[in-house]
Amino acid sequence: MIYLELFCTFLVIGLFTFGGGYSMVALIQDAVVQRHGWMSAQEFTDMLALSQMTPGPIGINTATYAGYTAVAATGAGEAASVAGALVASVAVVLLPVALLLAVCRWMERHRENPRLATALRLLRLTVVGLVAAAALSLLTAESFGLPGWNRQFVYSVAIFAAVFVAAWRYRVSPALLIVLAGAAGWIVYG
Amino acid sequence: MKIGTFTIGGGYAMIPLMRREVVERRGWLDEESFLDVLSLSQAMPGVFAVNMATQVGYRLRGVWGSVAAIAGNVLMPIVFILLIAMFFQRFRTYPAVEHIFMGLRPAVVALIAAPVVGMARTAGVTWRNAWLPVTAAAAIWLLDVNPVWVVLATLAAGLCMKPRCNTGKP
Repeated sequence: MIYLELFCTFLVIGLFTFGGGYSMVALIQDAVVQRHGWMSAQEFTDMLALSQMTPGPIGINTATYAGYTAVAATGAGEAASVAGALVASVAVVLLPVALLLAVCRWMERHRENPRLATALRLLRLTVVGLVAAAALSLLTAESFGLPGWNRQFVYSVAIFAAVFVAAWRYRVSPALLIVLAGAAGWIVYG
Repeated sequence: MKIGTFTIGGGYAMIPLMRREVVERRGWLDEESFLDVLSLSQAMPGVFAVNMATQVGYRLRGVWGSVAAIAGNVLMPIVFILLIAMFFQRFRTYPAVEHIFMGLRPAVVALIAAPVVGMARTAGVTWRNAWLPVTAAAAIWLLDVNPVWVVLATLAAGLCMKPRCNTGKP
C-alpha cells in the first residue's frame, strides 16, 4: 500500500528533521532515492531545482513533489498521485506540529535544562554532517556528466563552483542562482 | 497566508517577512515573544516555517489558530508544486528543457553544499568537535546508515552526557 508507506516515511522524516529545510532535504533524499527508489537521483535534483524556484518551505515542497511522483511511478492516475502528494505533505508536518503544541509550555521551562541544551547543541553539529552527506550523495554522473575532459563535466564543475561561491560568499538568493544556472545550461548546451 | 506564498527559497528567508507581518504590521506578537517563537521553532523538529506558523497561530487562537496558520502557510506552495509536478513530466523530454536542467543540476548540488559552511559556523564546529559532523556524514554517505539513527544517537548521547563535559561555550 503505497499511501501507507508514504505516510509512515514522511511521518518519520518530519519527526527527525532538526535544523531547517536542508536537513529535511537530506532525510528525504535518503528515504526517497536510496531506500525506496521512488525517484532517481537525477529526478530528485531536478525536483530540488524546481522547489528552490517556487515559493514555500523547501521541506514541504519536496514532500509534496515526492508524494506525487512516488504514486505516479506506480502507474496510477492524476487524482491518485495528487492524493499521494497530500498524504506526504500532511505526514511531514503532523508529528512536529502535534509535538510542538503538546510541549510548547514544557519546553519553555526546560530549555535551560543543561542536558537538553547539550543534546540540542550536539544535534546542531550532527545536522551539519547530515546536510553534507546529502550534497555528497548528489555528486553523481547523472548530475554532472561522466568525469573527464568532456564538455558536460567541465561545464558542470564550472557551474557548481560559481554557484557555490555565489551562495556562500556573496549570499546571492537561491532562486536567482537557479534561474541563472538554467539560463547558462540553455546557452552552453543549446 | 500571504507569507507562505511569497517566500521563495525556504525556511530562513521567511523570518524577516514573518516578523514584519506579525510584529510590525499586525501587532499579533511583541518583539520578545517573537524571539521565543523563533528559538523554539529552531529547537523542535520539523519544517521551520511551519513550526513558526503553529506557534503564532496557537498564541492567537489556540489549536484552531495553529491549524489555520499552517493551512495558510503551506496551501499555496503545495498547489504550486502540484501543478509543476503534473506538467513537468510532460515537458522534461523537450531538448531545451533538458539543456536547462543540465545547467541546473550542478547548481542545486552547490546550493545544498554551500549552507553547510554557514551552518558549521552557527553550530559552533571547531577542530575539536568536527569529528561529530564528519562521522555523521561518512556514516550516511559511505556506510548507508539511515540519518534517523544518526539523529537519535546524537540526542541520546547528548541527554546522557554529564553537562560539565560540554565542549564549546556555555
